[in-house]
Amino acid sequence: MSLLDVRNLQTHFRTRGGVNRAVEGVSFHVDAGETLAIVGESGCGKSVTSMSIMRLLPENAARSAGEILLNGRNLLDLSEAQMRDVRGNEIGMIFQEPMTSLNPVLTVGAQVKETVALHQSIPSADVHDRALRMLELVGIPDAARRMTEYPHQLSGGMRQRIMIALALVCQPKLLIADEPTTALDVTIQAQILELLRDIQREQGTSIILITHDLGVVAEATDRTVVMYAGRKIEEAPTATLLAAPRHPYTQGLLAAVPRLGGDGSGRLAEIPGQVPDMRKPMTGCAFANRCAQATDFCRAHAPALERKAPGHIAACHLAEPEILA
Amino acid sequence: MLKLAFKRILMTVPVMFLVALLVFSLLYLAPGDPAVVFAGDQATPEQIEMTRQRMGLDQPFVQRFGTWLLNLAQGDLGTSLISNVPVAKLIGQRLEPTLSLTLLTLVWSALVAIPLAILAAWKRGSLIDRGVMLLGVAGFSIPIFVLAYILSYVFALELRWLPVQGYKPLSDGLWPWFRSLIMPAAALGAGYVALISRIGRTALVEIMQQDYIRTAKSKGANPRIVLFRHALKNAAVPISTVIGLGVGLLIGGAVVTETVFALPGVGRLTADAILRRDYPVIQGVVLLFSFSYMLINLAVDLLYPIFDPRIRY
Ligand SMILES: Nc1ncnc2c1ncn2[C@@H]1O[C@H](COP(=O)(O)OP(=O)(O)OP(=O)(O)O)[C@@H](O)[C@H]1O
Ligand SMILES: [Mg+2]
Repeated sequence: MSLLDVRNLQTHFRTRGGVNRAVEGVSFHVDAGETLAIVGESGCGKSVTSMSIMRLLPENAARSAGEILLNGRNLLDLSEAQMRDVRGNEIGMIFQEPMTSLNPVLTVGAQVKETVALHQSIPSADVHDRALRMLELVGIPDAARRMTEYPHQLSGGMRQRIMIALALVCQPKLLIADEPTTALDVTIQAQILELLRDIQREQGTSIILITHDLGVVAEATDRTVVMYAGRKIEEAPTATLLAAPRHPYTQGLLAAVPRLGGDGSGRLAEIPGQVPDMRKPMTGCAFANRCAQATDFCRAHAPALERKAPGHIAACHLAEPEILA
Repeated sequence: MLKLAFKRILMTVPVMFLVALLVFSLLYLAPGDPAVVFAGDQATPEQIEMTRQRMGLDQPFVQRFGTWLLNLAQGDLGTSLISNVPVAKLIGQRLEPTLSLTLLTLVWSALVAIPLAILAAWKRGSLIDRGVMLLGVAGFSIPIFVLAYILSYVFALELRWLPVQGYKPLSDGLWPWFRSLIMPAAALGAGYVALISRIGRTALVEIMQQDYIRTAKSKGANPRIVLFRHALKNAAVPISTVIGLGVGLLIGGAVVTETVFALPGVGRLTADAILRRDYPVIQGVVLLFSFSYMLINLAVDLLYPIFDPRIRY
């Protein structure tokens, strides 16, 4: 059984212009100890997917449909109080902006300790020790003194380490990292990724790594889900996906990257054309209007996800399955 | 830290000087002639001219201002044209009712407005939120004297629970003192409560959208912890700011309130002095009001670093 199994997740928003189908039937799973990448252009629904798992959607979101099974338990069926026990305890989360994600008026020590205190009834001295050890683990030098400092006294990289500490101090089995390195400069980026990898090895944490950066995908993830317009359109082991992408959208993303890894320039470049309006009903392939190879058939019939090679699925009429011996 | 706070205090000195200059020159712009007032109704033009010279009103502006400032620095605010009593003494006699009224109003308003703001922000868009909003609009738009008359009609004339008018000093006992201030403080505080709860609600609602609130929720914090531990402390700066700035409202309102409820305070003194064109008294009270306002806001400023560690002087 997978640690996390998301089945046919749908999350819609009520907006003035109609219902925005931000996530429209996404399924994926995360195994214990693995790192799953979710990539895709801005607005394709990556953050909405992760906030759906945490059940921390904005007020105008309708209740998510589908199933989100964490160790077989459907998070969508839990009460809000039960869900609070999951957040920070079974699933930790870190965000893009380490500057604004920490509370400016609380000391970093208090913010790390809070996660412990929320989930464990242990003496406050023990809470303190746990927090201190976690800060040391994430590589905060002089951690005891740093605990009494405020976020504005720390650098961006240090702040992201604090975020990691407060997300992982209760040793959750799953960490959702929504663009954890996007706001940091390249050398710090590499350090943070390495830190995540170290903690993963030590604690056996599974990670969902949401990113724009194919360099990060190549370097740090086992399997990759590609999203487009609220749908999963391709999934494969990361090495396979990068070497032999089957969906024209993924091919476009990769072609737009000059060179993977290293210099940190592996950002998604523009693919010409417009992302479809997710408030309008869609017929045919969501990517058809931007796809150079699209046929009338593509425009009329939505492609289903099909197995194209072992462990490799894609939603494209044009991608022929590999002939298996 | 202390040294920087001291610097911040020093910075108010030029402002105080400007205020003094403004207060002094206001009387130049105001209609009427102090000499005419002082000489009395039956005075001949010669008597008025003599009075003018005796009062030093024939001297140039700068010289008069200089003399006035010098006296001011020694605590001499001049002498009333009408009663011939030193202004400082007049004000001193009237200080207790005004301090009682404004402090009581400040305390009850803050104690009511802050929970209202929290409630409205927490239940945003609900009936409670709209109720608080409505109360706010009402509090802003009903003039103090109208509210005062409604209150005294209901609670003093009809129900006979409270005295219609008048002030009981603290020396008469805590309860009589408090009873004499209930209606004045209620009338004076309505607009203040409206102001604080409105600004407080807006600040809290904005804070609740911040990334760090999302972080708190993602750790598993319940709504109570999110609101009180994470949001409220961030709202302390805007809320204390509006409390400080709103003191201006209280001071202006005290003049009206004291007049309606016949409280023998500085506000009444002001109203009477204006009616009788008693210039030294007007100058004295306006100066007192301005300085109190500045001092309160200075105190609020000095509190900021306690609320928000990013602010340092
Ligand atoms: N509160 C909301 N109300 C309405 N629509 C929303 C809301 N939040 C997100 N959306 C929509 O959901 C879609 C997916 O947004 P999401 O934030 O998940 O994108 P993303 O893939 O994370 O993009 P990025 O890479 O820019 O972070 C977008 O079309 C966005 O407009
Ligand atoms: Mg996002």
